[in-house]
Amino acid sequence: MKGLLVLTALCVAVFGKKTFEGNQVLQITAKDEAQISLLKELSEQEHLELDFWREPIHESLPVDVHVPFHSLQDVRAFLGNNQIQYDVMIMDVQVLLDDEEREMVKYRSSPKSTDDFVYTAYHNLSEINSFINMLVAENRKLVSKIVIGRSYKKRPLNVLKFSTGANRPGIWIDTGIHSREWVTQASGTWFAKKIVKDYKRDPVLTDILNNYDIFLEIVTNPDGFAFTHSKNRMWRKTRKPNPGSKCVGVDPNRNWDAGFGGAGSSGNPCSETYRGPRANSESEVKAIVDFVKSHGKLKAYVSIHSYSQMLLYPYGYTHTPAKDDAELNELAEKAVSSLQSLYNTRYRYGSIINTIYQASGGTIDWTYNQGIKYSYTFELRDTGTYGFLLPADQIVPTAEETWLALMTIMKHTRKNPY
Amino acid sequence: MASTGDLEPTHYPARRAAQVALHYLNTHHGSPFRVFGLQQVHKASAEDVAAGGRKYKLDFSVTDWGSGSAGPALRCSADVLFPRTERHSAPEVQLHCEALHQINSTAQEEDAFYQKYISPDSTVSARDIPDSFGNMSEEMQPFWRLARVAASFIMLRESSENTEFNMAKVASVTQQESSEEQLMLEFVVLLHDFPSQEIVQWKLLASWSPDRGVRVLQTEWQPRCPHATKPPN
Repeated sequence: MKGLLVLTALCVAVFGKKTFEGNQVLQITAKDEAQISLLKELSEQEHLELDFWREPIHESLPVDVHVPFHSLQDVRAFLGNNQIQYDVMIMDVQVLLDDEEREMVKYRSSPKSTDDFVYTAYHNLSEINSFINMLVAENRKLVSKIVIGRSYKKRPLNVLKFSTGANRPGIWIDTGIHSREWVTQASGTWFAKKIVKDYKRDPVLTDILNNYDIFLEIVTNPDGFAFTHSKNRMWRKTRKPNPGSKCVGVDPNRNWDAGFGGAGSSGNPCSETYRGPRANSESEVKAIVDFVKSHGKLKAYVSIHSYSQMLLYPYGYTHTPAKDDAELNELAEKAVSSLQSLYNTRYRYGSIINTIYQASGGTIDWTYNQGIKYSYTFELRDTGTYGFLLPADQIVPTAEETWLALMTIMKHTRKNPY
Repeated sequence: MASTGDLEPTHYPARRAAQVALHYLNTHHGSPFRVFGLQQVHKASAEDVAAGGRKYKLDFSVTDWGSGSAGPALRCSADVLFPRTERHSAPEVQLHCEALHQINSTAQEEDAFYQKYISPDSTVSARDIPDSFGNMSEEMQPFWRLARVAASFIMLRESSENTEFNMAKVASVTQQESSEEQLMLEFVVLLHDFPSQEIVQWKLLASWSPDRGVRVLQTEWQPRCPHATKPPN
């Protein structure tokens, strides 16, 4: 019974339209076969829309029926007239459902461990920050949290560091630089858990971690992310006001010092691709720039976006091919092939400027020019059907297939030190 | 900088032209139970034409959203002409798809849907399809697809070589009084343009019936304060 209620509550929560206000559940006790026959006749009255949780079978077995509000009077009259005994088990089904919903929401918001965390749902900023803290607490030898800076609104920019030793070269992954691309932050939390699960279990990942540190910034644009939850689901940029303009925000993926100001970004603060007043004007970007420069030994850099199912490498700001174009292309092909092997998801790959569009001031153009050879950008699912509003049941499949591509890139980095 | 002659099928110039052909296909063959998506471009070429435009020749495959990218693919070929005029004008498309009439008929679902909502009492009204989490009720799915087909008229008209449109979401659907036995629906849709990354809002009035298909009667661009960015063209 409880199970059915939970299922119904889930359906109500998801579809949101049906209400069970005033509905009741009656437990009926028939005293003989004649009464059972009457109850069977009652069950055939389709217009009453009765929902029998326990059908009338035999007088020794109770009959439970969920009665919609509009039929209550008729059903009670029928039972009364035929002197059939009954009790009211549930006075108002909707009240019970509301209680259950509150309980479920409470439970979901505070998982007790990262094993409890619901990876198949989208989470808000505080839930992800709790996840980060829990992951560190559960895996102190492997995982630590570094705060590399603050957002415009002073939110911490949290980076998870996975490390098994000192002075190692590193691999960087970021998700959520564009806040509306929700499948990316969601995949980031999955990647974090995957790393701790697979360390010392998967030989390839273990070998990588025994030689390289992995840095993972899950919510790269926390102000934007909070805004997508509170006000505008389609928000992309940072939330820094622009002096002299009523439009807010800078596109953090046009704000890097690589071809800054060129074609493929906008000088208009109202544009979604506004580059900002100068390179690194956004604290979210500056924090990463400072980190990368002071680390000095990052060997791979992956920045994750959605949507359109692509794996891209530099350049976006110029048609001149990158020096390592051939190798990057070949590795991209391998990575895309491993990705596709899982669910047959098709990706395109190539340089940014050829495959997607000209874009100046982009992340991986800068990281590549810093000497981080294996610089890649992903565009995750899908290709436009749901776009940014990817249903939650696709989070885990997306993360799983993307992980295969990431492993291909990390493995190649490990095998080709430079 | 545009190249003439053969185009790389996975690069954006071919893909944008193919998307335009897709919008055209959906305006003609889309329904509450059928929306086509691009699976793959096989071959593409482009050339400048005398009257001052650019014509793309495309060979590509499409799938029905209902069956996903793994579903049966239809092979299509199209000529897409982007005129080069002072003010933007809509691209011109000539399209041929193999076996278009052999795909599984959705006549039954269409009739049932039509009968359900053509009644004078029907007053469908809903917002945010899908919601922030990608959820959409089963009842709303045909309306979502209808909106996508109706939006294809706008996306087709507004397309150029510098745009790549998708429908990001249906902000609202409000049923209007049926007219001439057509379902009349007012939609507000959000379109997403890839190159500019802009979200553009349009209000439109569409009619549909199983016989006449989708027609778009009125469209109105809606500024979204405070950004008020005009559509890319």
